[in-house]
Amino acid sequence: MGILEVSGVNKRFGGLQALGDVNLDIVENTIHAIIGPNGAGKSTLLNCLIGKLDPDTGSVMFDGKPVLGLAPHQINQMGISRVFQTPEIFAELTVLENVVIPCFAKRDGPFRMHAYESVFHENELMDKAESILRDLNMHMKKEMHAGALSRGDKRRLEMAMCLVQEPKLLLLDEPTAGMARADTNNTIDLLKEIKEKRDITMVVIEHDMHVVFSLAEKISVLAQGSIIAEGLPQDIKGNPKVQEAYLGGAQL
Amino acid sequence: MLGLNKKDFLLLLIVTMLTMLAPFVLNPFPEGSALAQFNAGYPDLMQRFVIFGIFAIGFNILFGLTGYLSFGHAAFLGVGSYAAIWMMKLLTMNVIPAIIVAVVVAGLFSVVVGFISLRRSGIYFSILTLAFAMMSYQLAYSVLTPITGGETGLQPKVNDPRLLDSALVDGATPTANLFGLSMRSSYELEIGSWLFTFNAGYYVAAVVMLLSFYLAIRIFRSPFGMMLRAVKSNQNRMKYTGLNPKPYTLAAFVISGMYAGLAGGLMVAMDSQVGPERMFWTASGEVVLMTILGGVGTLIGPVLGAGAIKYMENIISKINTEILHSWFSFLPDGLEDLIVNLTYPFIGKGWHLTLGIVFMLVVIFLPGGLVEGAQRIAGLIRRKDKSGGMPPASAKAEPAE
Ligand SMILES: Nc1ncnc2c1ncn2[C@@H]1O[C@H](COP(=O)(O)OP(=O)(O)OP(=O)(O)O)[C@@H](O)[C@H]1O
Ligand SMILES: [Mg+2]
Repeated sequence: MGILEVSGVNKRFGGLQALGDVNLDIVENTIHAIIGPNGAGKSTLLNCLIGKLDPDTGSVMFDGKPVLGLAPHQINQMGISRVFQTPEIFAELTVLENVVIPCFAKRDGPFRMHAYESVFHENELMDKAESILRDLNMHMKKEMHAGALSRGDKRRLEMAMCLVQEPKLLLLDEPTAGMARADTNNTIDLLKEIKEKRDITMVVIEHDMHVVFSLAEKISVLAQGSIIAEGLPQDIKGNPKVQEAYLGGAQL
Repeated sequence: MLGLNKKDFLLLLIVTMLTMLAPFVLNPFPEGSALAQFNAGYPDLMQRFVIFGIFAIGFNILFGLTGYLSFGHAAFLGVGSYAAIWMMKLLTMNVIPAIIVAVVVAGLFSVVVGFISLRRSGIYFSILTLAFAMMSYQLAYSVLTPITGGETGLQPKVNDPRLLDSALVDGATPTANLFGLSMRSSYELEIGSWLFTFNAGYYVAAVVMLLSFYLAIRIFRSPFGMMLRAVKSNQNRMKYTGLNPKPYTLAAFVISGMYAGLAGGLMVAMDSQVGPERMFWTASGEVVLMTILGGVGTLIGPVLGAGAIKYMENIISKINTEILHSWFSFLPDGLEDLIVNLTYPFIGKGWHLTLGIVFMLVVIFLPGGLVEGAQRIAGLIRRKDKSGGMPPASAKAEPAE
């Protein structure tokens, strides 16, 4: 029994079958990569997991509880965080505020009328936020407006916002896109380190095969809305069906 | 100090000093001098400064922090006024119950209006609030005449029940008071040819304004205030971070509605009357202008904006052709008439024209409002101080400065 079970999920956009009968079983405490060509439906699949989209049919169970029909904030409160393909951050707020907000969300729930205390008196949460920024080498930028960060930094900030919540399941949609090689390697190390330090399950969507094969313990291949292959990295590497669909026959 | 950081405490201190010394600060010109008409230190106008200051401070909590632009906030001010006047008719002429009930009733009304209007965002939200305000005006003007007094409005009457007050002495009229201290009572201080008026009503309103201002600072600096800025910045990110933007926005809406109700209650406490025009859409537009003119999302901006607009309304509208002629009498006759004729459309009833021009200039050249103007001037002075030194701090308005 996986921590996340997707069964029979279908999603159409008009005439386009974006997801066709997708089944996915994510085992707890693993890093599971989903790869596939552009437009395969990878982001759409994640959208169906976090309440951004409702699939036409199918079911999604997280931790044994149904997810479909819940509001996005309720799904997050169950322990699912997501890093988006195009960074979703609070551009007008400072980097530190961006990271403190998820801390409040985790501690106080979807709404709390804490209108009289000062943010800066919440030492415990502030320390937590500052320490994750230190881990990601962004501490010196904490007073900057998040909107002024570089593309790679925005992505790392969003990752910090998700990690600081200590989610049970972390969904990463192309976490290293737009990053320099060094930052990509740092990100790989960071994710590995987090995985070692505590219980966390990750689903990573990536085009960069270096990242995929450095991280993934299991890989699912999505093409035209369907899972066409699934297995251990070495199996996927040699699978001719995958090479055909994904790279037009080139060697992985 | 008081749970504020140094900068905020200093701001509060300066605002406190200025409001307390306003009868002096606003009356710099000696009586009878040509410039005396620019004095703003008379009770009626000073009261309006602080009351509209409260209105704008509250409006800014909604508009400045969450970005939701309401075009109907005068409805809450009006509802607060009606509630207050009924307290004066039924209960007592003491202003305390009137003010408290004004806040509560406006708060309840804004829960309803906010709940419905916040189903939409952007321009649709604005239109919904405008529609509510127009309906409120229409209700007050005609449909609910038995409760609102229709077009003429309401005033405390001699034969109202006033359960808590002892009967009026024969011939006396009911006067708004704070435990016996009449809101109209004033103490006049004459120093040389200067005349300073200290009015009880003004000081009551000023203290309430300072409390409201203090509360607004606390809200701005609180986790709740940060969430409101998050609402403005990215509601999607909020949702996927486990936060529900809806109750945050509604709470901001209700808080700003209560501030409006407080302003409405204080108006009644000052002049003991209310009419439906208080809820007219222009009144809702005015608080938008005040907030933008002063500086959206800044702490002090709305107060400055309210002051600037009320000052123009009262001072420029009092200037007439005779005064213009006396100013320009040093010019040759033909030129004098020309200048007077050119200036005439902008004074008296034409003060709106002046306001429009000032507003346009500010929005175009100082998008951060008067606060940005002040920051730029401060930046220039700093640059002159250490010429050749550090470049000046960016003049860009900080969101919560
Ligand atoms: N909201 C939407 N409305 C209509 N069509 C959509 C919507 N979202 C995605 N699609 C379409 O569904 C298909 C799958 O898109 P999706 O974004 O899931 O692909 P992807 O695998 O994430 O691709 P990429 O690698 O480019 O990110 C695409 O053809 C896309 O145009
Ligand atoms: Mg995608």
